Amino acid sequence: MNMPYYERIIAFTNARLWRLTHVDVLLLMALLLLMAGGLTILYSASGQDVEMVERQIFRLGVGMVICLILAQLPPKYMRRASPFLFVVIVALLVGVLLFGVGAKGAQRWLQIPGGPRFQPSELMKIVMPMMVAWYFANRPLPPSLKEIVTVLVIIAVPSLMVAKQPDLGTALLVGVSGIFALFLAGIGWRYILGAAAVAPAAAYSLWHVMHDYQRQRVLTFLNPESDPLGSGWNIIQSKTAIGSGGLYGKGYLEGTQAQLNFLPESHTDFIIAVLAEEFGMLGCALLMCAYLLVIARGLYIAANAEDNYARLLAGSITLTFFVYMFVNIGMVSGILPVVGVPLPLVSYGGTSIITIMATFGILMSIQTHKRAR
Amino acid sequence: MGKHQQVFRNYRQEHALTKRRVIVAAIFVLLLVGVLMARLFYLQVMEYELYQTKADDNRVMLVTEPPPRGLIYDRNGVVLADNRPIHSLTVIPERAARLPELKALLNPLIEITEEEWADYEDRLKDYRRPYQSITLKTQLTDEEWSRVSVDLYKLDGVQVEAQLTRYYPYGEAFAHAIGYVGRITSKDLERVDRLAYQGALFIGKTGVEEYYESTLFGKPGISKVEVNARGRIMSEIERQNPTPGQNLHLYMDARLQQYAYDLLGNYKGSVVAIDPNNGGVLAMVSKPGFDPNLFVRGISVAQYADLRDDKRLPLFNRALRGGYPPASTIKPFMGLAGLEYGFASWTEQYYARGYYQINPNGRRYRDWKRGGHGWIDLERSIIESVDTYYYQLANKMGITPIHTFLSKFGFGQSSILDLNGASSGLLPSNEWKKARYKEPWYPGDSVNVGIGQGFMVATPIQIATANAAMAARGHMYYPRMVQTINDMPATFEDNEGVEHKITLKDQRNWERMVVAMEKVVTDAHGTGRRLQGTEYKIAGKTGTGQVFSLADDQEYDANSLDKRLHDHALFIGFAPADDPKIAVFAIFENGGSSAKPADLTKALFDAYLYDNYPAEYDYFKEQGR
Repeated sequence: MNMPYYERIIAFTNARLWRLTHVDVLLLMALLLLMAGGLTILYSASGQDVEMVERQIFRLGVGMVICLILAQLPPKYMRRASPFLFVVIVALLVGVLLFGVGAKGAQRWLQIPGGPRFQPSELMKIVMPMMVAWYFANRPLPPSLKEIVTVLVIIAVPSLMVAKQPDLGTALLVGVSGIFALFLAGIGWRYILGAAAVAPAAAYSLWHVMHDYQRQRVLTFLNPESDPLGSGWNIIQSKTAIGSGGLYGKGYLEGTQAQLNFLPESHTDFIIAVLAEEFGMLGCALLMCAYLLVIARGLYIAANAEDNYARLLAGSITLTFFVYMFVNIGMVSGILPVVGVPLPLVSYGGTSIITIMATFGILMSIQTHKRAR
Repeated sequence: MGKHQQVFRNYRQEHALTKRRVIVAAIFVLLLVGVLMARLFYLQVMEYELYQTKADDNRVMLVTEPPPRGLIYDRNGVVLADNRPIHSLTVIPERAARLPELKALLNPLIEITEEEWADYEDRLKDYRRPYQSITLKTQLTDEEWSRVSVDLYKLDGVQVEAQLTRYYPYGEAFAHAIGYVGRITSKDLERVDRLAYQGALFIGKTGVEEYYESTLFGKPGISKVEVNARGRIMSEIERQNPTPGQNLHLYMDARLQQYAYDLLGNYKGSVVAIDPNNGGVLAMVSKPGFDPNLFVRGISVAQYADLRDDKRLPLFNRALRGGYPPASTIKPFMGLAGLEYGFASWTEQYYARGYYQINPNGRRYRDWKRGGHGWIDLERSIIESVDTYYYQLANKMGITPIHTFLSKFGFGQSSILDLNGASSGLLPSNEWKKARYKEPWYPGDSVNVGIGQGFMVATPIQIATANAAMAARGHMYYPRMVQTINDMPATFEDNEGVEHKITLKDQRNWERMVVAMEKVVTDAHGTGRRLQGTEYKIAGKTGTGQVFSLADDQEYDANSLDKRLHDHALFIGFAPADDPKIAVFAIFENGGSSAKPADLTKALFDAYLYDNYPAEYDYFKEQGR
């Protein structure tokens, strides 16, 4: 066959096999690209710990399996399940506040008797956009004021419960995933501008519900040099790592900040600093391109989804994924407070990988269950 | 929700609305990615140098490496101060257990004294670089070393370090002259460059080791190392090797030094041998000595107390600080003074009775010879060491010319060029007595000084120096220890103080006085006649000093009382008399007659001039080059 390359790609992505297995091949490729880059950085960030890299591969594999399983589930079942899931997870969050276990003054985990511990707040990241999308599924858009208020309550209740644990990073992600669905539903610009106007007042009241360590993080963020060996250490060292990487980096495994342990949390939240140090601004740009591929595909799926539920859910999932990345890089590079958000699919750690891959399963389902026209 | 309700919804419009929102969101995404890239550009391109420097400051640390200390050799290349590797137990406090636990961990393994712990705690409080190790115990024995090494993996922050350490192969005979190095104290650090001594354990405390500290120490090496966040050294980036300290070659002859020390036998005393042609110190003995290695190893309080409280004063450097009456050894100099100022002549005859009186019926100043010497002249006063001759001469002269003349020979001054701590002795004068006793100088005071007694006090190095100047016929060299530094001649900034010529009105008087001193040995009545029978000519002068008690040595002790009342026995001499190569001063404390120092001096002459040593000293020859 003598076809132009783009037609060949389209033919490949539309191949029957993918349709049958409900795999969105472009999203899959973008995710695999991102994972490959992430594992490369992790190998360096972990101090060339092969076992750690293997455990990460295993988790990514599990995430991929969950993604592919969820891709098989038609969106209409998700939609129907949405309100029930939401109620169940909210109930579990109540359980966490009452019986939760955890460490460092935070209760985030729920212990299944005789089984593993899990984090209901992680599940809320998936269920929240499902709930908002479900709410708007059968309502005409744009939403009315009454509907907006109702949705804000739906968003606020679980977000505040997560914030109360306290887990500011997750609460933020849960909150924005709902807000994004609301935004995509077409909430009027006047409401958005109004909200932006009252944000400072909200920030002020937020300050009062924050725990001391959270306030400390904000203060450290505002002036990290004030406590260079204590709470400011992380951000100073990560900025040093990033800055000293320069345009092209110091070379793979050659980053002194990372390899000599000056950079704390280098394999988890601060992993982007390792990339920035060893591969420079160029490496960061390439990683962001990989993220943008995933996000572009997600937004494409959202824009072309079959119904409102699918569109709001797909769009919210994709934008939340972006927020992950933005908040993480923003905090490591010192323009956002250190709130403990991992770099999605790159940072070492299990829970977020599973939930994120689950959301990509939903995206694939939405893309591959469209009725043929 | 009923089916008909949906009929009125404009799905296409709703889809378009969401699509528009997706596009807005996509624009926001791109904007925010732009913000991130701008931030990265700011950090990585605009502020690159700042963070580059910060990253280097983080990882790069300067570590100094103490240089190997210069060695000290004798004139024949025998090593008198050597460097040997020793193992020390060091602790990095930041990584080690806290003090009580550390004690509990280490005490079963190795004996560490309370002093060593106290010392460690002191060092802990001192300024130091983080993660720098502190020495807890030096000189581990091989057994201790192996015992600790086995358990080292359990002992965080504890390590065994090898370091070159001073070793003095010949011990106590050389202790006072060579001195020793000891652990650096915070007081020592006040007089040196702290940075250079970072990581160094030892510093010269006495003797040559102290005076030549800066020469012997060298320049520390500096290496730039990469450290991790815990301060552990990961790799070396750049290295400037230490410059070893410079080697010193002394004028000293190790064999002669050891021989002189041994010849003193069980007596306390001192021997100083000088090359009259340059002032080089061939031997400088103070007996008893001590083992200088004790101070390197870290002397215990008990050991130190034993040395300090020993009545024989082993820590006291008699050669430089011992104050003795020069006694009759002063007579040749006194004779020259008399000639110089016209109070004596070679021809004038003097009737020497058994005593001298300034006034008839006054105090009788006794001669050592009860019946007196009869008619004598100046030469014979030297040969027979006639006390009354010098009583009358000193009385005639008065103290001022004596003081002026003897000053030229270095009396009353601390004159050794390259050792610290020499005493200036006491060359009395009118002014001195007024200041000290608020009394005028009495003629009787001069009479006593005439035979080197009374107020006059001199140190062995001073008498030896004057003796060497006599041997060199007035060419006075101040004594010096070091001949070459890294094979370059040692020089002194102040060349005026290194040597000077003593010019007499009649220069022939030097030769005549030397002849008189030769006759001390050759004459049938000479006080040094026991030294007759050498192939070479010896010039000499005996002396017997009335005991001058050391102030802090006054405890009543019945056993040693007798011996302590004995006179000090002194002798000065040089040989060959017509072309002197060696000038010796020897003193045996409470030695009785001057036979002992005279015999010692002759033995040293034989040894130095004719290599005539007992067989056991041959090992020094093998050690030399």
